[in-house]
Amino acid sequence: MTMTMARLSGIRRYYWMGENVVKALDGIDLEIRKGEYLAILGRSGSGKSTLLNLLGCLDRPTEGTYILDGEDVSVLDDDELSHVRSRKIGFIFQSFNLIPQLTVLENIEVPLFYQGVPPKQAKEKAAELAEKVGLGGRFHHRPTELSGGQQQRVAIARALVNDPALLLADEATGNLDSATEKEILDLTDELHDLGMTVVLVTHNQALTSRAERVLTLADGKVVSVMTREEMDRAEEAAP
Amino acid sequence: MNPFLAIRILKLGVKSLLLHKLRSLLNMLGILFGVGSVIAMLAIGEGAAWEAQQLVKRLGPTTIILRSEKPSEENQSATSTARMIVYGLTFEDLDRISGTIPSVKIVVPVRKVVKEVWREGRRTDVTLLGTIPKYTDVTPAKVKVGRWLTDFDYRDKRPVVVLKEDTARTLFPAQSPIDKVIRVGDTAFKVVGVMGPMGTGSAKGRSSADIALGAYTPLSSLRERFGDINAQRSAGSFSIEQVDVHEAEVQVDAIPHVLPVAKNVRTLLAKAHPKKDYSVFVPLEQLRLAERQAAIWTIVLACVAGISLLVGGIGIMNVMLATVTERTREIGIRRALGATKKHIMSQFLVETLVLTLAGGILGIAFGLGLPPLVNLFAQVKTHTPLYALLLAPGISLLVGLLSGLYPAWKAAGMDPVEALRHE
Repeated sequence: MTMTMARLSGIRRYYWMGENVVKALDGIDLEIRKGEYLAILGRSGSGKSTLLNLLGCLDRPTEGTYILDGEDVSVLDDDELSHVRSRKIGFIFQSFNLIPQLTVLENIEVPLFYQGVPPKQAKEKAAELAEKVGLGGRFHHRPTELSGGQQQRVAIARALVNDPALLLADEATGNLDSATEKEILDLTDELHDLGMTVVLVTHNQALTSRAERVLTLADGKVVSVMTREEMDRAEEAAP
Repeated sequence: MNPFLAIRILKLGVKSLLLHKLRSLLNMLGILFGVGSVIAMLAIGEGAAWEAQQLVKRLGPTTIILRSEKPSEENQSATSTARMIVYGLTFEDLDRISGTIPSVKIVVPVRKVVKEVWREGRRTDVTLLGTIPKYTDVTPAKVKVGRWLTDFDYRDKRPVVVLKEDTARTLFPAQSPIDKVIRVGDTAFKVVGVMGPMGTGSAKGRSSADIALGAYTPLSSLRERFGDINAQRSAGSFSIEQVDVHEAEVQVDAIPHVLPVAKNVRTLLAKAHPKKDYSVFVPLEQLRLAERQAAIWTIVLACVAGISLLVGGIGIMNVMLATVTERTREIGIRRALGATKKHIMSQFLVETLVLTLAGGILGIAFGLGLPPLVNLFAQVKTHTPLYALLLAPGISLLVGLLSGLYPAWKAAGMDPVEALRHE
């Protein structure tokens, strides 16, 4: 068994806007270990969202290979990518992205239905996870009846319901106040401690403090990859 | 597709439609009216055809009925002052019809004379119907008891009668009338037979005398005994009229020849009767007329149905396109969580199909309610065939498929990344 969860080599993602080529990602090499907590830091336009979409199999690279959990996903077609997302990826979005007409439990169940899990089993699993993230007693509320922190907990439960190989958080705390932000980050830490591979994407350096490794992106290229220790040292040196 | 997922998608469709009840209801109105019109159309078409078929079945498709008509007062010539009216079809007319028009198989005349019939001291007015033995070839009525008139009866001008069923019952309530003698005017007639029922249905196409008490006798016997002049007393007045033949049935050899023969008969009679003291009734023409009327109804309702379904379908497509745009974010989320294009496609298609199917089911109710109204206001018979009810869901699903495919395809084709970014 390899210890690598994801390996990206020579990844490029270009967009053509008329005559111009936008190089959103321009040659990324990256390896994410199993159980690692990686933060991707960059300003808006640095390519971090594009990288996250690629990691999450929502998008395919123009060039390069991406091996996820031992499977080359850069050659898969749309249907196959859907199945990979369904089995291996858990997304947590900045804007929660819950489906408004569904209840808490129903929202959490969604990924299981696309896997074809029987309804009863799906319901049990969803209830178990909702309980775990602290949503006991709110199973049948709709997203609009919940606070931002509660909504994000629903989203986290939903991201975990398919036992993903990779948990991707995109500015997961961007819409939350600092107290709630801390709760969510604590929850993420907990998951990481339980062995989950976590990739957190943010433009806010403060949020990278709990990550084991921080990758900084600018203009579609990797500027630096630093471990926790190197980061701390750099911070001490900076002021 | 996984059955759990299929059920889930169906539930999702129903739920999504219930979320916007008014929108869904308005959306399905086109289908409702369209399907309703289709059912009503088939009901009216079937009904009209049924009615016309019954008429032809009763009278025979190759029959042409000629009838003498008393001219109205103002059209009467100077003969009316003499209180003697001569009108109607003549034996000559009938001879000419059977002699000169090809395809005419036989012409059966009926001459009617109302006479007092005495039976054991009781007097009853009975219409004597003078005809020829071939009469039974052209009418559905058959002899029930005894025998029908024979060629010998006719040749020898025998004073024999075949009673109608009701007449037999009236004159002989307690015994068999066969071989009994009745007195008609001053003449004794022997009863040789009793006719069976004249068939069910209305008397359309037949004269009222057929329903009144009557007895058949050879035309030759009738003329021999009572002459060609009828004296009639009615409501205090006294009139004398001379009519050769009151009614005649012309039998044509084959259905395709009926209408040409009818045309020839009309031409022939028009030449001989400038006063138009006769009428020509062609059951087949009635059938064609009824069919034409049914066809008009069918065309009108088919247009209504077609336009309703088209407009309804376009409306549904429009609303579904708006729904897809409105739910772009949801589509993105579902795709990110593992839904394939096919899943998204089926979600929106099923939603459209559920909508149109519901519209179709309400349309059945509408379609069942419409024919009685048409019946009431347009006097058109209706008959809703079972297959129309089975056709309705088929039509609504087809409209759903046609109007739902494009929006569903559009939803499925969305780029997940773009869709997720959609505000």
